[in-house]
Amino acid sequence: MSEIHSMEPIPNPLREQPDFAVPPDIAAEIDELITHYPKKRSASLMLLHAVQERFGYVSRQAVEWIAAKLELQPINVYELVTFYPMFHRAPLGKYHFKICRTLSCALGGSYKLHEHFCTKLGLDPHAHGAQTTKDGKFTVEFVECLAACGTAPVMMCNDAFHEDVSEQRADEILGGCK
Amino acid sequence: MAQEYRQILKYVDQPGYTPDIDCYLRNGGYEVLKRVVALPPKTLPNGQTLSGPEQLRQEVMASGLRGRGGAGFSCGLKWSFVDRKSGKPIYLICNADESEPGTFKDKQILYKDPHQMIEGMIIACYANDVHLAYIYIRGEFAEGAKILNRALKDARAKNFLGKNILGCGYDLEIHVHRGAGAYICGEETGLIESLEGKRAYPRIKPPYFPAVLGLYLCPTIVNNVETLCAVRHIAALGGAQYAKLGTPNNTGTRIVSISGHVRKPGYYEVEVGKATIGELINDPIFGGGLREGRKLKAVIPGGSSSKVFKAGERFKLKRRGLDGKETEQEVDMLDLPYDFDSLIAAGSMSGSGAIIVLDDSTDIVAVLANMSEFYAHESCGQCTPCREGSLWMAKVLHRLTQGEGRKGDAEYLARIADNIPGGRTVCAFGEACSWPVQSFVAKFKEEFVARGAADEEHRAQQGTGPAAKRELAASPQG
Amino acid sequence: MSTALPTQTQPAPPPVDKIKVRVNGKDVEVPRTTPDPVSGKPVPTTMIQACFAAGAIVPHYCYHPKLPVAGNCRMCLVEFGTPAVGPDRKPILNPDGTTKVAKSPRPAIACATPLTPGMEIYTDTPAVKQMREGVLEFLLINHPLDCPICDQAGECRLQEYSVDYGQSASRFVETKVHKPKRVDLGPRIVLDDERCILCTRCIRFTRDIVGDEALGIVNRGSYNTLTAYPGKVFDNNYTLNAVDICPVGALTSKDFRFQMRVWFLKETKSLCTSCATGCNIVIGSREEKIYRYEPRENDAVNACWMCDYGRLNYRWIGRSDRLVEVRNPKAEGRRQSERWAAAIDEIAGKLKQAPAGSVAVVASARQTNEELYLLAKLAKALGAVTDSVPRTGASDRLLLNADRNPNSNGARLTGIAAEPMGSNLPKIAEGIRSGRIKTLIVVGEDVTRHGLGADLLGKLETLIVSDILPNATTRLAHYLLPGCAQAEKRGTFTNTKGRVQKFMKAVEPPGEARAEWDFLRALALNTTGQKDAVSIEGLFNQMAVEIPSFNGLTWAGLGDTGATVKIYCQDRGIDDTEQPLTPTETSNIQHRTPNIQSQGAREKPAGATAKI
Repeated sequence: MSEIHSMEPIPNPLREQPDFAVPPDIAAEIDELITHYPKKRSASLMLLHAVQERFGYVSRQAVEWIAAKLELQPINVYELVTFYPMFHRAPLGKYHFKICRTLSCALGGSYKLHEHFCTKLGLDPHAHGAQTTKDGKFTVEFVECLAACGTAPVMMCNDAFHEDVSEQRADEILGGCK
Repeated sequence: MAQEYRQILKYVDQPGYTPDIDCYLRNGGYEVLKRVVALPPKTLPNGQTLSGPEQLRQEVMASGLRGRGGAGFSCGLKWSFVDRKSGKPIYLICNADESEPGTFKDKQILYKDPHQMIEGMIIACYANDVHLAYIYIRGEFAEGAKILNRALKDARAKNFLGKNILGCGYDLEIHVHRGAGAYICGEETGLIESLEGKRAYPRIKPPYFPAVLGLYLCPTIVNNVETLCAVRHIAALGGAQYAKLGTPNNTGTRIVSISGHVRKPGYYEVEVGKATIGELINDPIFGGGLREGRKLKAVIPGGSSSKVFKAGERFKLKRRGLDGKETEQEVDMLDLPYDFDSLIAAGSMSGSGAIIVLDDSTDIVAVLANMSEFYAHESCGQCTPCREGSLWMAKVLHRLTQGEGRKGDAEYLARIADNIPGGRTVCAFGEACSWPVQSFVAKFKEEFVARGAADEEHRAQQGTGPAAKRELAASPQG
Repeated sequence: MSTALPTQTQPAPPPVDKIKVRVNGKDVEVPRTTPDPVSGKPVPTTMIQACFAAGAIVPHYCYHPKLPVAGNCRMCLVEFGTPAVGPDRKPILNPDGTTKVAKSPRPAIACATPLTPGMEIYTDTPAVKQMREGVLEFLLINHPLDCPICDQAGECRLQEYSVDYGQSASRFVETKVHKPKRVDLGPRIVLDDERCILCTRCIRFTRDIVGDEALGIVNRGSYNTLTAYPGKVFDNNYTLNAVDICPVGALTSKDFRFQMRVWFLKETKSLCTSCATGCNIVIGSREEKIYRYEPRENDAVNACWMCDYGRLNYRWIGRSDRLVEVRNPKAEGRRQSERWAAAIDEIAGKLKQAPAGSVAVVASARQTNEELYLLAKLAKALGAVTDSVPRTGASDRLLLNADRNPNSNGARLTGIAAEPMGSNLPKIAEGIRSGRIKTLIVVGEDVTRHGLGADLLGKLETLIVSDILPNATTRLAHYLLPGCAQAEKRGTFTNTKGRVQKFMKAVEPPGEARAEWDFLRALALNTTGQKDAVSIEGLFNQMAVEIPSFNGLTWAGLGDTGATVKIYCQDRGIDDTEQPLTPTETSNIQHRTPNIQSQGAREKPAGATAKI
């Protein structure tokens, strides 16, 4: 067959997680969340958050479990995982630093802050996407506006906001991550 | 002399004030709601009877309140469009997706005084016969979602929410729904799609006007956090009294977020139109002026989507004097009253009330490149001009910051940007991504042309390699 | 008992509420509402429909009249105005007394904007042209521009509109976005994501018409990518329609890709023969070879869709083992040109001598109305017992009918088929066994598979068979008359709902094969002396006069989309329901294509497999 006739499978950026199982506490939380909506599909984002909070990422098994739970097709959930940047398709570091890249923070020095973290952690300072250290402890990611522009530069460590982050403050944050 | 007027932010940041319900109740919380649900029907001189909710809607209309999310559309009118005869449930969604770069006002309310917003929301729901409502909060506000869930639980426990609220026979449930990092969810129909569990593709209008075909194709109201807080104050003061705040057609107070090159970035609540852009930037009680030795270069007046003002730009404004006569007056950009209408008249907008200040150390090309990268990242990709145009512009600007510019790039950029806005796209993101490019390139054209020319010259002399990369602006410490 | 009732006059429909608008200065009146393509409920008529009514061209990619509106491509942007209203809510008049029209400062997408009375639409202003040019440029910047090797070339909307609105040179100097190419989406479909313009037609068709949530878009912004869920095969029975409606070369058919440049194809209006639905098709052929079937729009039958099963069932027509020679025991060594005449003469001679009741006829419900009509008349003259062979399979609620014969109703209305169809076959078998039936005429069926085994056929004095492909019956035939596929002749079928539809000839039959109606007419003439019309048009018109069910029909009057006659069925009463093409219960949709084993594959040579 000539090269032009050769075909490739549908690209699959979803990770396998063969041991995926929803623990009872999350299952209960999910059942409660579904009751918040007249239509189950509405609970998609909340379920993805719940699963990601537990496992750190959304795997193929998670996508399919959520789809089944909400009586959807897996493609319906897959469309969301790839659209909303907060969902990750691979495990991240234990500490996830999101540094705001957008204008006010950039004016306030966020590029330098990002570079500072990357240099300290041995990551590529020019890459904008999520990068994780080899030991799996830290992930550094440049993200868009975090809505705290008055205290630039701003970053988040997991769910906690850190504002007015100088390099010294950055080192303190790093030091606080055990 | 412009002053802060802390109505919504009255308790925010006060020492000892916490987001607990008890703290809120100690400071008069939910008193307005109690009055509202007890409003008796009112008979008008013409014999028509107005129910409590109808009276509330009239008050909001009379208040002149304009939406605080970005479009500045009359809240009363928005409510009046709601199809109340469809037989379908009416939904209300609080837009807490605060995502317009430069804006950080709603976060203060959500994190520090959530019950004020919830009370406003319950009142708005009561006024519109809504029994199920959602707070769509941006995903990054994970802590905020927890605070809100706690607040809702507490409000439920005190029967401000749930069945038969305060014994008046009215039922309402509010749930928190978290976004997941998509700017486009701030667009109300994108938000609705997202709340339905889909990609946040804004809907085409017509036919999908939320007031008629919103959430689950039912009539739906989407109001910003600050707007709903204002509703609480309108219910407390009465529409006419509220309308005395601010200036005609630009009533009430609003929270202005100031960021960028000022000494005192922050959020300041003012009566709409009672402070000028210059006062907000320079007054010691507001932005506190520029850093030592710096001069103003430009102001982005209403969130990063709004068209930029160049320092020294002058506008002709129609102003109505005390005698009622309209006169035309030429004013400096800094002397524009910070209200909805003046900024529109000056060709920009007050948008979400976010002022980003750029001083003379700023590399305008790099600033625009930064903004365009944001828009390219955030375009949902549904419709052609925005999907393709936003990334194209970002690529051109990236090239310009990497020393690979061309003299003609200014013109090139403008022509790309011109093909995106003006109703060519499904939603206003088309405008949001192209207005900055159009206005920056038009007002700072010489910088774009010079950058491209310098790169071309450099390549001519040095071969094909790029010229040196440049800093966005002088570092804040510098 | 299945009979036809004469077509009754319908009660006059209620007057249609009309709306008057102006398109490019031309007044048009269109219905205020139009049925929604999915639900069938009336929805406001939109600008694009008024533009079409006015003959104005509105380029579009995402809009498709049979799909829900998406409004995403932005190619159909137009300018418009509405009657100006004063502060008193009364229309403002021009000095000449006409209503003043206020032009909207913003354009609107014609596909989604409802009409309002007095609206004026402008599709050819400089602003509109500039907007189209802009959209087109955006669509092309990341497009691979690989037209020379693209199957869509020649029927590509990107190409067409580039000619109309494009620029001669690209000013794009940036790097293009790269996406997956040659993605194996399913057994019949290949996807090139770089060519995809994200119009979502395929997604909407598959989700809203087929009821299969198979396709979606992943990633965001300019990186948006059409895909199926990883590991999930896109293989419902309607996937190839997505290729048809793809306005560009993103979705291509594995069956057709790289086979033929489309501009060389001759297009012939025809019908699908794989079931009783009678989907209208276009046959694409070149130099007597068929390359593809495509659905042809007919709202009374198939809208503009067809199933993959029917669409791919054409290769048998070009098989190398087609029956191409007349077999006549006495004709050995005769010149080819004389074989047909000799065979017809001899068969007629035998039939003339056959005593009443000694002849039986088994004619396929895949034959045309005209052929079955001729056979029925002949059988009547001979006092012959007749029947057809029922053929069933799984049905879905979209298009695929459980009745796999294309003309069962024709077989019933002409009187060839017993009621129920096939119930005479045991009687015929018994007649042969007892020696009462000595002559059997078989047209288009392998009767050895339907109770008339080789042992029985061996008892016959005369076995006259017409067919297209070899089988056990044709091997035993004394006289073998090679017939034609529908693509090789003209004629009509009556579909499951009584729709009488005609088809045209696309390719020449191979060898000596000859249209059955043509030699049956000659056979009838030689046998009974009856003079039937010599053209297919005349034959149809004659049949329409003689058979009550077809009364009032004419060949010309059938047009391209046919006419409906009433079919009476014992269990259903009058079946004249013409439902919109909507999956009422999506779970019943066939999500896999049934094996293609219709006409072509049924009697396939051992070892060959029907491959799709």
